[in-house]
Amino acid sequence: MHEFLQQVFSGLAAGSIYASVALALVMIYRSTDLVNFAQGEMAMFSTYIAWTLVNAGLPFWVAFVVTLVVSFIGGMVIERVVIRPVENAPVLAAVVVTIGLLLIFNSLAGWIYTYTVQDFPSPFPDRPLLGALITTRDLGVIAVTLVMLVLLFVFFRFTSTGLAMRAAAQNPVSARLCGIRVGRMLAIGWGLAAAIGATAGIMVAPVLFLDPNMMGGVLLYAFASALLGGITSPVGAVVGGLIVGVTENLVGTYLIASQLKLTVALALIILVLVFRPNGLFGTAIVRRV
Amino acid sequence: MAAILELRAVKAFYGQSEVVHGIDVAVEEGGMTVLLGANGAGKTTTLRAICGMVRTEGEIVFAGKRLDRRATEAIAGVGVAHVPEGRGTFIGLTVEENLRLGGYTRARRAQANMQRMYAYFPILADRRRQQGGALSGGEQQMLAIARALMMEPRLLVLDEPSFGLAPRIVEDIFAIVERIRKEEKVSVLLVEQNASLALELADHAYLLETGYVVASGSAKSLADDPQIRRSYLGY
Amino acid sequence: MEKRITLAAPGQAAVDSYGGLTADAWRWIGTLALIAVAVALPFTLSKYHVFELTMVMIYAIAVLGLNILTGYNGQISLGHGGFFAAGAYTTAILMHRYGVPYWATIPPAGLICFVLGVLFGLPALRFEGPYLALVTVAMALATPQLLKYFDTWTGGQQGINLVKPTPAFGLDRDRWLYLLILVVLLVAIRIAANMLRGRTGRALVAIRDHPIAAAAMGIDTARYKTLAFGTSTMFTGVAGALSAIVIGYVSPESYSLFLSISFLVGSAVGGIATIGGAIVGGFFIQFVPNLANDISDAAPWAIYGLAMLLFMYAMPHGVVGSLGPWFARLAQRIRLHNAAVKNSADEYKRWEA
Repeated sequence: MHEFLQQVFSGLAAGSIYASVALALVMIYRSTDLVNFAQGEMAMFSTYIAWTLVNAGLPFWVAFVVTLVVSFIGGMVIERVVIRPVENAPVLAAVVVTIGLLLIFNSLAGWIYTYTVQDFPSPFPDRPLLGALITTRDLGVIAVTLVMLVLLFVFFRFTSTGLAMRAAAQNPVSARLCGIRVGRMLAIGWGLAAAIGATAGIMVAPVLFLDPNMMGGVLLYAFASALLGGITSPVGAVVGGLIVGVTENLVGTYLIASQLKLTVALALIILVLVFRPNGLFGTAIVRRV
Repeated sequence: MAAILELRAVKAFYGQSEVVHGIDVAVEEGGMTVLLGANGAGKTTTLRAICGMVRTEGEIVFAGKRLDRRATEAIAGVGVAHVPEGRGTFIGLTVEENLRLGGYTRARRAQANMQRMYAYFPILADRRRQQGGALSGGEQQMLAIARALMMEPRLLVLDEPSFGLAPRIVEDIFAIVERIRKEEKVSVLLVEQNASLALELADHAYLLETGYVVASGSAKSLADDPQIRRSYLGY
Repeated sequence: MEKRITLAAPGQAAVDSYGGLTADAWRWIGTLALIAVAVALPFTLSKYHVFELTMVMIYAIAVLGLNILTGYNGQISLGHGGFFAAGAYTTAILMHRYGVPYWATIPPAGLICFVLGVLFGLPALRFEGPYLALVTVAMALATPQLLKYFDTWTGGQQGINLVKPTPAFGLDRDRWLYLLILVVLLVAIRIAANMLRGRTGRALVAIRDHPIAAAAMGIDTARYKTLAFGTSTMFTGVAGALSAIVIGYVSPESYSLFLSISFLVGSAVGGIATIGGAIVGGFFIQFVPNLANDISDAAPWAIYGLAMLLFMYAMPHGVVGSLGPWFARLAQRIRLHNAAVKNSADEYKRWEA
């Protein structure tokens, strides 16, 4: 029982990471109807930026904040420069663009920072807590994710920019008629998503170790989490992420270790989707004819 | 009286197709002008042209400023409030959030304006926390008008406000629009298929047919014209 | 009656003439010219280039399969690498274990992949858009792992080595394989064209664009979607079988998620709902990674990614998808010119008479 709870808690920590990236995916999907396959690589690149700053002597949390700001701006620039040309093109063209972006980031990181696996410092010491049920590091990861979620919730619910972004995502035509600059809202959305991804990357790097392929698996799990929760639901992304994190851990501990773990976890998620084809919290797309 | 909005030789296009063929329209300040016509005459397209939602040629002048090269969101900021066909309600957001969005460009006075809207439309006050999609057609129309008024517009553009509504509700809505026009000193440009009701309220009218203006003048003169009565008023 | 000016043929035929020939005539000429060039090429190029072009054609067949499913029917697949592998391994196992001659393995590979596609397509009916993408990604990821797991059949991590075929007609092996695969490609294009330009194709497109209206018109959406899946995987499976024959080696690592992604990218670059686009896609998949390597061996995939971006910016509907409308506009301009000429000639005739 004790071991089971341990696995659940460490699964929640991993799940927080998946939840964060899943949330970024959902946010972009809601505003642009596009799955940003480059989300993981963008996060990885941001993590390298943080690593560079820490190595240059900046205190961890300062490097963290600077990286978030840089990632936010980077995300906005990417939306304006890379994605805007295909926003009105067929969806597949936009998908291919995000795949291209994935390759570019991955390759650039390998070129600039090499493929050597690096250590990444964690601000949280790795000590057991609560009778060895959970480590301080895992608790720290969950706490940071929680804080981020609360901030996002407050932003979207109570600020006028947040409201404008929700409006622009739901009904861009009406939003424009209210004087909202929909293009700018999209850019902010991508900026936020990039910042969220950066947070996730920085939190996961101490565990997975930093190398250009660090976020590949995370992106897959996050994609699955977002769909499990319902690709249009932010709450679903978080719940989905936590479920996937715990499931992955339990499958890895009690069923199959190593490589097949991913396949089995995905199979389980797909099994759920067979019964709920729009995810747990997703709304079926109502088609008016 | 001066014209607050003037269209001069305006053409409008959907892609390569020219749908409106060089029309001249003027809306007098403080008055109500109506665009009449059958389906496909180009009425909605003309409104979209004013708000920068379709490609245009020609001049669109609003209170001395050219609108025809501007983006929709900029036009909204200048004082033109467009209530689109089908209301354009944010169905996933609450009534209050819908109104807040209307006040996006006039944020400082948004709170005060919202109270005024609740005074005009008490039913919206009752339903302020409900989702926009849960409102009835008539309530959504009121919400759409209120949202437009939150922009403190000088010109209110209404696209078929009677669409899909029961006649009683339509009368209520038009009564409110008339009241608003007088109290808020807003000019109104109205597109309507319900010609008789529109001609009763409007000062001026234009009749569109397949993208051309085929008749224009005071509302009364169009209402008295026997040809128009036969074709559009049914008697 | 005096001398008259006569045109090539009276009436509309004069307008529909492009330099004296009909549009259909031009299409025939163009196709035959391309085939003639394709047949002549292997005799003018080095062995390695012939091999590269053979791979182009194999990828073209694979991408054609994907076009049927994703382009014409709108069901997105990020898992076609798995079906490619299924075809390849079918051929490998039949040749290696049962001594089946290489050319005889192609129909079974196609058939097995068709059945697999139908079996996959049935549950896939429940999923749309990104959900279907996830399911296909899961399949693409599972493929190398499953191949390693069932190692008694598949040779596991080591893969299977195959004997390269003996060429016929006294040709070089590379040329013989090239010509063989050219024939398969032409047959594939013929089958796809017949299917897609007829009733089936229209049903598929209707289902893609307006599924509810299609169903309301009496189209059995489930049957067509499943059929599209099976046909699509059959094409890609045959391509896989051919790749095993040509390369002479199969191993799990060759059939990763990246292969599936390459197919999708090739399809988009060529033109997702076209037949000719598959060939462009084949060229893209085979040559651009190598070119990228030549440009920068430090970050070749960045160049590849950049190429993808540039193609999508310039031609979001793919090369063939964008060229199609261009040719149509050119054709219309020619027709307008012909009409003007004919009108003035008619005027002249009337004036003369």
